[in-house]
Amino acid sequence: MDCIIAISGKDFVVAAADAMAARSIVVMKSDHEKMVQMSPHLLQVCNGPSGDVVQFSEFIQKNIKLYQMRNGFALSPHAAAHYTRDQLARALRSSGAYQVNLLLAGYDTINKQAELYFMDYLAALVKVPFGAHGYASHFVLSLLDRYYTPEVTLDEALRLMKMCIAEVQKRLVINLPKFTVRVVDAQGTRDVTLDDVQE
Amino acid sequence: MALVNGRRPLFAGLSSTATAPITAARSTPASVSGRYAALSAEDDAMAESELSGLTELNQQLGAMSQLPVFDVPAVQDPAAFLHAYTEDPHSKVKIHIQHGTTTLAFKFKHGIIVAVDSRATGGSYIASGTVKKVIEINPYLLGTMAGGAADCSFWERELARRCRIYELRNKERISVAAASKLLANMVYGYKNMGLSMGTMITGWDKRGPELYYVDSDGTRLHGDMFSVGSGSTYAYGVLDAGFRYDMTPEEACELGRRSIYHATHRDAYSGGFVNVYHVREEGWVKISSTDVNQLHYGYKAGFAQ
Repeated sequence: MDCIIAISGKDFVVAAADAMAARSIVVMKSDHEKMVQMSPHLLQVCNGPSGDVVQFSEFIQKNIKLYQMRNGFALSPHAAAHYTRDQLARALRSSGAYQVNLLLAGYDTINKQAELYFMDYLAALVKVPFGAHGYASHFVLSLLDRYYTPEVTLDEALRLMKMCIAEVQKRLVINLPKFTVRVVDAQGTRDVTLDDVQE
Repeated sequence: MALVNGRRPLFAGLSSTATAPITAARSTPASVSGRYAALSAEDDAMAESELSGLTELNQQLGAMSQLPVFDVPAVQDPAAFLHAYTEDPHSKVKIHIQHGTTTLAFKFKHGIIVAVDSRATGGSYIASGTVKKVIEINPYLLGTMAGGAADCSFWERELARRCRIYELRNKERISVAAASKLLANMVYGYKNMGLSMGTMITGWDKRGPELYYVDSDGTRLHGDMFSVGSGSTYAYGVLDAGFRYDMTPEEACELGRRSIYHATHRDAYSGGFVNVYHVREEGWVKISSTDVNQLHYGYKAGFAQ
């Protein structure tokens, strides 16, 4: 049910996730957090059964932190993505799989560029300019294929994100009133609001 | 990178029994019923003579923080195997796990109200009308029971033991966040093995009144208002409509009671008595236990709001 979207530009990634936690036909929570801060310049957006999501992302988050403490420097988004993929693939081929789909939004502080990785629960990892998981992807991917350009600026990307969310809220039968939107760039990660973004 | 094993975080650090629930699933074909054993049994003979040997082994392993281990069917998908015997109405084996409930809890100005019904059903049969679905973990923590009655009682009892051990080790009460996470991690270790549990863990700690929802899928949510069970949709309706944060404790108890009453009225699997608890800074207090029949005719005659 969850809906997660991300768009990357040259030096930023905009990520959005709905804030609903549902069980069966009941909304259990409407301010649910689906993003996990892996390191200051790395944000993981997760989709899947909340038990698996929490267990998997906390495990990855703590190990990325451990790596940083042991070595004195953080994993690059590229390395973190491949580490995450490896762990998911190992779990998939052993006792039990984590049913998690995720988007990894990162800013590489050394090469000074933004990176976005798309990964599904079968541990297929792809570096993408934009990505979406869940039912939202059916509505949003075509929209992004149509309007996305690699030269997109932050303002344009926020406008694009607003379009995507509006489309999901218009056409998807499931009511998703609230979205969390964050930007990852050279400054780190910050919350943004789309309220004052012109369509 | 040498890393901590992630899949079953609770077992990391223990040596030989570290992968207990998984290996148990693969290596012990014996009992479907899930016999309790504190260590993964190497073979049946060991399991039979466990009582004497166990105490010693437990001590050696410092087993205070160790999980109980169960035998599960040695099949690919234990839950599906169990399902055929428990849920399938045409099955000749009649193991009916007790289901069907309405429970709710919500935060307000003066703490948390917990209200539950008391009916236990096995299929269409009312197995009991006087179940205590609020589990008193300790004087500051409450748990609620929905789903399998045995799973809830057992795992919340295990939680109570671990909370007490935490208290003895740390000379301080466990937070609601930590307690609920202990429970979530324990049941997550048994994911897809047929556990059925939907519970709310509430209490008052350093952060104030706290409320968590934990279920057997390993879901753990922090929130201000939850309702769990087959009658939860009915309870949510009345609860959402009548809720104000600044209610008096009396109003809040009445709202909880009414929500459960209305759920028992519409949901065939809920009924019996409405038990209401109030979580305060000094700990929880049991407020009332009222027959829904009495409530029904009372409300009809114009009692209360």
